[in-house]
Amino acid sequence: MEPADPTSRPGTEPVVHLRGAVALLGRFPALAGVDLDVDRRQVLLLRGANGAGKTTLLRALAGLVPISSGEAVVLGVDLRTDRALVRPRVGLLAHGTGLYDELTVADNVRFWTRAARANVIDAELAMSRLGLDGRLRNVTVGRLSTGQRRRTSLACLIARRPELWLLDEPHAGLDKEGRDIVDELVRDAAVAGATIILSSHDLDRSIDLANEIVTLGGGVALDSVSNSEDKAGGIDAR
Amino acid sequence: MITESAVTAKISENGPTSTGSRATLILGIVTVIALGVLVLFGLILSPADQKQGDAVRIMYVHVPSATLSYIGCLLAGVGSAVFLWRKSQWWDLVAYAGAEVAALFTAFTLVTGMFWGRPTWGVFWVWDARLTSSAMLMLLLLGYLAVRRLEADYSVRAKRAAIVGLLLVPNVFIVRQSVQWWRTLHQTATLQLGDTKLDGLMLFSLFTGFVATALAFVWMVIHRFRVAWLEEQVDTEGLDAALVERRAEGVAST
Amino acid sequence: MLADAWLIALKDLKLELRSRVAINQVLPFALLVLVLFAFALDPDRGLLQKATPGLYWIAVLFSGLLAMQRSFAVESTDGVTDALRLSGLAPSGIYLGKTLSVAVQLVVLELLLGVGVAVLYGTPLAGWLLLLATIGVATAAIATAGTLFGAVASGLRVRETLLPLLLLPVLAPVLIGATRAFEAALNGTPSEGWPWVGLMSVFSVMYVVAGIFGFGPLMEES
Repeated sequence: MEPADPTSRPGTEPVVHLRGAVALLGRFPALAGVDLDVDRRQVLLLRGANGAGKTTLLRALAGLVPISSGEAVVLGVDLRTDRALVRPRVGLLAHGTGLYDELTVADNVRFWTRAARANVIDAELAMSRLGLDGRLRNVTVGRLSTGQRRRTSLACLIARRPELWLLDEPHAGLDKEGRDIVDELVRDAAVAGATIILSSHDLDRSIDLANEIVTLGGGVALDSVSNSEDKAGGIDAR
Repeated sequence: MITESAVTAKISENGPTSTGSRATLILGIVTVIALGVLVLFGLILSPADQKQGDAVRIMYVHVPSATLSYIGCLLAGVGSAVFLWRKSQWWDLVAYAGAEVAALFTAFTLVTGMFWGRPTWGVFWVWDARLTSSAMLMLLLLGYLAVRRLEADYSVRAKRAAIVGLLLVPNVFIVRQSVQWWRTLHQTATLQLGDTKLDGLMLFSLFTGFVATALAFVWMVIHRFRVAWLEEQVDTEGLDAALVERRAEGVAST
Repeated sequence: MLADAWLIALKDLKLELRSRVAINQVLPFALLVLVLFAFALDPDRGLLQKATPGLYWIAVLFSGLLAMQRSFAVESTDGVTDALRLSGLAPSGIYLGKTLSVAVQLVVLELLLGVGVAVLYGTPLAGWLLLLATIGVATAAIATAGTLFGAVASGLRVRETLLPLLLLPVLAPVLIGATRAFEAALNGTPSEGWPWVGLMSVFSVMYVVAGIFGFGPLMEES
């Protein structure tokens, strides 16, 4: 699905620009000086060991975690001063479902769509895209399997039509069909003008998807590799 | 005048061993002298009351400590407001110190009130407007202090406590008003605390009570502030070391 | 802000309708409190009659605490608070929406409880206008203050004990006022009750303003 507000000059301003970004969780520097540049339409894969800072980086890019030093600009918003402004423009698929267990799938998707001030029709489209219309619509989320909940969370994400997709291990918990749907969504979104950053331990799949691969370790970006499979967007992450 | 730099200057050097300084030493000495004067006038020189006897002497510390507990609340309120507005940690800790010392003084007010009540009316507690309001104030302050002691990051703790602190003053106001109305509805003639007629030496003793208690209050707030300040400084130390350690994790795993 | 409030209020009420916690748990709890007071105060000695307004409002206060806890518990499912922050909903709107939904649940509870009190304690009902005004204003006071302090306590491990500690002293004036107003209504002297309604209105307005401005900072993690 297309993002709501595609910029008219593709590829000139990076969607993400980080220099020496430090993010603290309490006293612990989860991000210890990250350098990262991501252009529009890129699909970036974040890899790294557990605890390397992938989740924190994704949350920081979503504007949820404050950046205490360094530069951090996402979608033109300076995260150090105005991070709340970037939130409606991104979509985050996190470890938690972000769903109300006692409401049905349809209730949840429609609520979160309306909350994002998006069209309710997008909610319906999102649900059918994720295979959630039919029987599952009216099942309470608490009764769903992990994979079905993930799909519902994804539906909430795509209904918002975000410009930047932040997916924290999107393949986890999904069956093959679900993973195929994720890959399809990612490719379509990139074509339509969105930017996607995902972290995944399912490297075979993700390497196919991504055109940049960044390795995180110890709260910094250790290296980045351009994956010349796809042609969309071009400048290396440094 | 107590300024930000005066209070924290001493502490910003490496590893202070105490929260004392020349300023507080002088203040402390003056406080002790004032307390001595209070004892002299309050216990010895001023006369006993006609109706209450020697019990009235408790008033010389009871009333000032009640007043100062309200001032402490005000300090907490102002500190919380400025913290929310300017994000200044200094003001946040002023609020904390003010509230904690206010809690101490409120407890003191309640206890002295009880010891005044026993010989005067034969009971430790009456539900009159003032005592009830003080008890409510104690509970409100305990709530604020509980928020300060949460297990959470400093910024979460401070923000939440500031909201509670900001509401302390209006809450106290509303509580006092409602308790006042409540007690005057069905009030039979009872001797209200602090209604005795004061003149001459008794008035002067009360005055010295105010002065001595106020000095003790200021001294305590300064020290409490400094303790809190030092606690928070410990947390922000060592960021550079933490960064190095964190980055090393990445190198080790590759 | 108001549209967001409406969305949140409807969502919370829908949640309540689906899960029925208020009907199945909070209301029986309130009735139980009334029954226990009857045991403690022995109905034959006339104490229960005189104490009815106070006992009613104590039952409402405790039930209000439960309703408040529940209102925030539903948001503590994994990832929901993040999703709320990301949604772009105005925090003041979220505050108003949650306050509204708790207020609705409380009003229903209070009306049912009023019937319960009339039956269990044999209280004759009079002074209708004052009774209803008191219910309205006291509910507003409980809901507005409760939602704000609920946010202060939310997301913490100790939230279940912290919320009562914060909220009950703050609501003590509401208990005093609502009880006195009810007494005035039932005794046929409503003019004594209206000043209390005024006090509780001021209280509610103060907390609505505090909530609208304070909820945003409280929703941030840091």
